[in-house]
Amino acid sequence: MMDKLLKTNIKIVTRLLFEGIVKPTELVNLSLKKIAEEKHFNAFITVTSKEAKFLAEKCEKRYLEKKPVSDLDGVPIAIKDNFCTENIKTTCASKMLENFVPAYNATVCQRLLDAGAVLVGKTNLDQFAMGSATIDSSHGPTKNIWKFDNENFYIAGGSSGGSAVAVATGTCFAAIGSDTGGSTRNPASYCGLVGLKPTYGLVSRLGLIPLVNSMDVPGILARTVDDVVSVLNVIAGYDEKDSTSRSKPFRKIRLPPASKMSIKGLKIGIPVEYNCEYLSQEVADTWNDIATMLKNEGAIVKQVSMPNTEYSIVCYSILNQCEVASNMARYDGIEYGFRADEDSSTEKLYATNRKIGFNEVVKSRILCGNYFLLTRNYDKYFTKALKTRRLISNDFDNVWDEVSLLLTPTTLTEAPLYKDYLQKANHYKLNEDYCTQAANMAGIPAVSVPIKLSKNGLPLSVQLMGKNLSEPVLLAVAKYIENIVKFPHFQYET
Amino acid sequence: MVLENSYKSLTKFRILYRRLSQVSNKVKWESVVGLEVHAQINSESKLFSRASTKFSSPVNTNVALFDCSIPGTLPILNKRCVEAGVLTALTLNCRINPVSHFDRKHYFYADLPMGYQITQQRAPLANDGYLEFQVFTPGFHKTPYTKKVKIKQLQLEQDSGKSLHDENRSLVDLNRAGVPLMELVFDPDLKDGEEAAALVKELVSILQRINTCSCKMEEGALRVDANISIHKASEPLGIRTEIKNIGSVRGVAGAVAYEIKRQIKLKEAGKPVLNETRAWDAVTKSTVAMRDKEVQQDYRYMPETNLPPLHIAIGPITVGCVNADKLKASIPELPEQTRRRLRDDKGLTLEQSIILVNDAPLLKIFEEIVNSRKINCKMVANFLINEVNTLLNKNEMESDDIEHPQYIGDILELLEKEEINRNTAKVLLEEIFSGNQKSPSEIVNEKKLFQINDDDELKKLCEDVIKELEKAVRDYKSGKTKAFKALLGAVVSKSNNRANMRKCAGILKDMLDNK
Repeated sequence: MMDKLLKTNIKIVTRLLFEGIVKPTELVNLSLKKIAEEKHFNAFITVTSKEAKFLAEKCEKRYLEKKPVSDLDGVPIAIKDNFCTENIKTTCASKMLENFVPAYNATVCQRLLDAGAVLVGKTNLDQFAMGSATIDSSHGPTKNIWKFDNENFYIAGGSSGGSAVAVATGTCFAAIGSDTGGSTRNPASYCGLVGLKPTYGLVSRLGLIPLVNSMDVPGILARTVDDVVSVLNVIAGYDEKDSTSRSKPFRKIRLPPASKMSIKGLKIGIPVEYNCEYLSQEVADTWNDIATMLKNEGAIVKQVSMPNTEYSIVCYSILNQCEVASNMARYDGIEYGFRADEDSSTEKLYATNRKIGFNEVVKSRILCGNYFLLTRNYDKYFTKALKTRRLISNDFDNVWDEVSLLLTPTTLTEAPLYKDYLQKANHYKLNEDYCTQAANMAGIPAVSVPIKLSKNGLPLSVQLMGKNLSEPVLLAVAKYIENIVKFPHFQYET
Repeated sequence: MVLENSYKSLTKFRILYRRLSQVSNKVKWESVVGLEVHAQINSESKLFSRASTKFSSPVNTNVALFDCSIPGTLPILNKRCVEAGVLTALTLNCRINPVSHFDRKHYFYADLPMGYQITQQRAPLANDGYLEFQVFTPGFHKTPYTKKVKIKQLQLEQDSGKSLHDENRSLVDLNRAGVPLMELVFDPDLKDGEEAAALVKELVSILQRINTCSCKMEEGALRVDANISIHKASEPLGIRTEIKNIGSVRGVAGAVAYEIKRQIKLKEAGKPVLNETRAWDAVTKSTVAMRDKEVQQDYRYMPETNLPPLHIAIGPITVGCVNADKLKASIPELPEQTRRRLRDDKGLTLEQSIILVNDAPLLKIFEEIVNSRKINCKMVANFLINEVNTLLNKNEMESDDIEHPQYIGDILELLEKEEINRNTAKVLLEEIFSGNQKSPSEIVNEKKLFQINDDDELKKLCEDVIKELEKAVRDYKSGKTKAFKALLGAVVSKSNNRANMRKCAGILKDMLDNK
């Protein structure tokens, strides 16, 4: 019964808490025990046992009075270690911030805490969220739970791989990731989870340690669409402390039971340009199967064209590196962060701190970004990339005249083996974001939905994208698909 | 052989060149001066954070998480600063940009915690303004003249922190980091230090009136950079040097004048002027080269995507962070308008109007005096500009140190009504400045300083003097008119400085001529 409890969903577990069948402290202890048992996957950088127990006790009092503060009261959650948490280490999986303890909570964290959610730990990521595998971490790689073999494991995807594995193993019900080019959807796809990238500005970025300010959004990973909705309802909405957050009031999303939904007449587009060179046959087939299924269910499924798709990834890469170069400039080891034993000059101190504090990926992006921003290169790279970004965004604007949603793959393949990934790192790094980054360039919401297992026994997923603030319909259709495909959560061998 | 030839031709060229330059040496050097002013916006909190901007707070106490670049913190634009920027731009006749942007300017320095400064490079808040002002330095110019300088742009930006160095370590104070600044870029339309100083003075007086900057240069609230070059008429502009962070109005005049002289001296000696940044040393009264920037900095400007474009409501555009039209309606009387009013309504001279407007506290005293009583305005202006200023200088006081401005009015009223004479007026002023809290009439009563206006009393005084100074009377009668002054002087001292000397002069003359 107790192990099963962690495998249920938020609605069930909060009902059990409300009815007093399970106590919040029991639930949190269960979660902490599970984290200890699943330690070998390396999902967590910091486990916040003490804080979690303290929060659970306060929660218990609320439930005794039958006065939970929200639909998330007492629910164990995990947060990616690039969100600031007051008095809890926030490392970005880097040497630079290995001892950084923020004095404030990210808005996302604060809203979760205010809603009574219990933070059980901070999860692993690629250093400063730069990566799509969760292997470039000062805390070591996170391992996929599917087809797990400690010596020859599959990657979890990334950069929110820690959050994905934390949810997939059942240590918590949902986890917060971040999504700049696919960092939430990619590990969701590899680990068989629902991964939501909300509309840019719907969820506050305050306290999310930035990668690309104009693209970053906090993301949500959970096993079911309903659980994603429960979390989104708590964290979404205007934040006066984030000038890029949307001031329009957020209306909580209520999804009807899947059996009562209909998608008759819903126009869904299949962008032909997403059928790219490196798309695996199995993913292509899955994509096709879902399109056919939606059509059979009454949706109008049609091919659409988004002609600038092929330029998107290189343009994303330039913009990403430019903003990284700028955002990383503050890490000089003066006010906080890693400080080397070097006092010959201020310049030397900076150089040494940054040389030791950052990994190769971070350093190469800083160098490239600064190169693109040089006066002599600015127009050739940065201005051009900005213009291309506008074209890509226009592609989406145009396509919404024809269809309400887009259906695409999330990742091009199933999760690769760690050793294969290392061998073909460049190939993966260049292509893994192919289907996901365009949504960040345009700011639109996107969700990855797990469909089935591949022949090899690894999750396969599809992605839905919609226009700005279309989360209600996007998540409704995700739930509709979820209900039909019935993805086999937890059916992996360990 | 080839070498020899080319050497010869080079020599020939040199001779020719020398002749040419000797000829052109007779043409006068022309100097070109442009200013950039950083004015700290009068606001309680910083440009992007809630930290206080209070001056002289303990080190590192006015620092929000954002100001020390804590990861994940975000800038929130201070509306008051936008208001101040727009108001200043409108006052300086600028065109407000309905949409402006913020950019990051990157460079590494210990007192720049984020590694970049947030400024407005691509699209500043406002462009294309101008400032018209009077140039008049008594003692330097015989008469005032009007000057008009174009303003290229006005932008909002953050200040950096402050590095403190001692022998073997450097410390950083971030109180100033993120303090709001307006950067004003003027076209190089000026020709010398006095014009530059006059521009700064006028700017100070405008910004103080619209209350967008305290202009306390001693607190660094207004800092001036000057670009200076020299060339000869019909020749292209020369290489310019930049003098950074000049901290006083007289400093601006001094630094620019020094730099022009220095450049002329270099050129006359056949040496080049280097494109460099120099600093004004107020003690040695000279400019000195600052530490070389080893290589040309590339600031790698980039949009600050954490801040959406800044919209200003103006004309038909009604949605914006602030409304420019409403701000425009709130602009008070400006210095140029005051000067005109002082001349047209109060009958002051152009010089008087310039001097009073340049000294805001003194102007305030003037207005208080002339608006609350019927009095000769010109006399008031004269007394303030001459007697009051002289005494302020002597006492090392500033015009805003004056405690009871109305007492000055009282003194002047007594003077105008001939109840005291000019000398007593000065005595009373000294009394007040040295802290006497009593009113002038009280002091006059107490010390019996009333002017003697009674004809009989005056006659008696004069008679006594004539009796006592027989020799002077004889001299006067024998045609030595100088002796009359001596006799008058005697009346002054005999009356203890109280005699109405206008009357005495007549009485004495009558007595002597009729004797």
